[in-house]
Amino acid sequence: MVNLIWIFMVIIGLLFSFYNGTTAEVNQAMFEASGNAVELVIGFIAIFTFWLGMMEVAKKAGLLSMITSICSPFLSRLFPDLPKKDPSFGFIMSNVTANFFGLGNAATPFGIKAMKEMQKLNPAPDKASRSMVTFLCLNTAAITFFPATIVSLRLTEGAADPLDIVIPAFLATLVSCTAAIIYDRISWQIVSRRRK
Amino acid sequence: MAAIQLASGFFLPMLILIILIAALCTRTDAFGAFVEGGKEGLQLSIALLPYLLGMLVAISVLRASGILDLMTGFFSPVLEKLMIPSDLLPLFLTRPISGSASLGIVAELTNSLGPDHMASKIAAVVQGSTDTTLYILTVYFGAVGIRKMGRALTVGLLADFTGMIAAVMISVWYFGFFS
Repeated sequence: MVNLIWIFMVIIGLLFSFYNGTTAEVNQAMFEASGNAVELVIGFIAIFTFWLGMMEVAKKAGLLSMITSICSPFLSRLFPDLPKKDPSFGFIMSNVTANFFGLGNAATPFGIKAMKEMQKLNPAPDKASRSMVTFLCLNTAAITFFPATIVSLRLTEGAADPLDIVIPAFLATLVSCTAAIIYDRISWQIVSRRRK
Repeated sequence: MAAIQLASGFFLPMLILIILIAALCTRTDAFGAFVEGGKEGLQLSIALLPYLLGMLVAISVLRASGILDLMTGFFSPVLEKLMIPSDLLPLFLTRPISGSASLGIVAELTNSLGPDHMASKIAAVVQGSTDTTLYILTVYFGAVGIRKMGRALTVGLLADFTGMIAAVMISVWYFGFFS
């Protein structure tokens, strides 16, 4: 699916640029984007190394297994395919909490660790498992209490009350998160019924 | 509200503090563990590069070709009928595919219309309450080498779409009611 989307994005963009006379811009944008990706990955190296290091300390000190056992009654309902007290629960919780505080950059390494733990249980390693899809939905529609980036943007632009968007944004994420979980459940039902 | 801002700023330092104090109490070799865990960060980031680069190039081809602007022109009459400022359309189209591009659009809107204009407020809520689905899919699945995303893409984009509608409706209601 993502293969087709990727091919179509590039083909449509290229064909339209012939018609629109923007081939020069497209050429430049392709190489700029490649450079941006490399820059982004260099940024990742710093964040990932720091937070994966910290998480290893938390794991060795027993903090992660503590979080895991506190959250497992709730999380094992949301992720019925994962065994109770699976190590990924600790990472899922860290990821959700970081998203809650609007710390997208710190949330990513936790999320990737959770994915790696889930991959260990995945019966078909090149295909997304049920738990992975649920986790991804939880992430794209994460409940955010404090969208830090946008508040600081409004602060620098001199808004009368830079924090006035906090409550509506929180409410919107409550709606989208609930919707995401419902969609995930419904689509799982459809897929598993089709398999039978 | 100031308390929230404070809590957000304190979250990460507090987390580090708790982790290190726990390590001290349990006599964990904290630095050894930190180095060991950190080593994974380098490999992981490098492994992500082809996934991320491929997706970013596709997005930039689409944007630089001008087809996004064409779609904006196509959809804006519909939005006007729904009483949603059509300035917001580029944001709706870019939000699921690129976080930095959509943040740029919000910044530009906030700057040109003023931060207290209705459109800039709605834009801020949309940006703050939704996430870049395609980016998350690429990074998270790329890290573990998953190529068949199955339902994840459909469900993720559907959730994104619902989130955007919810963000617009809630902010129209909220800001209409309180100002």
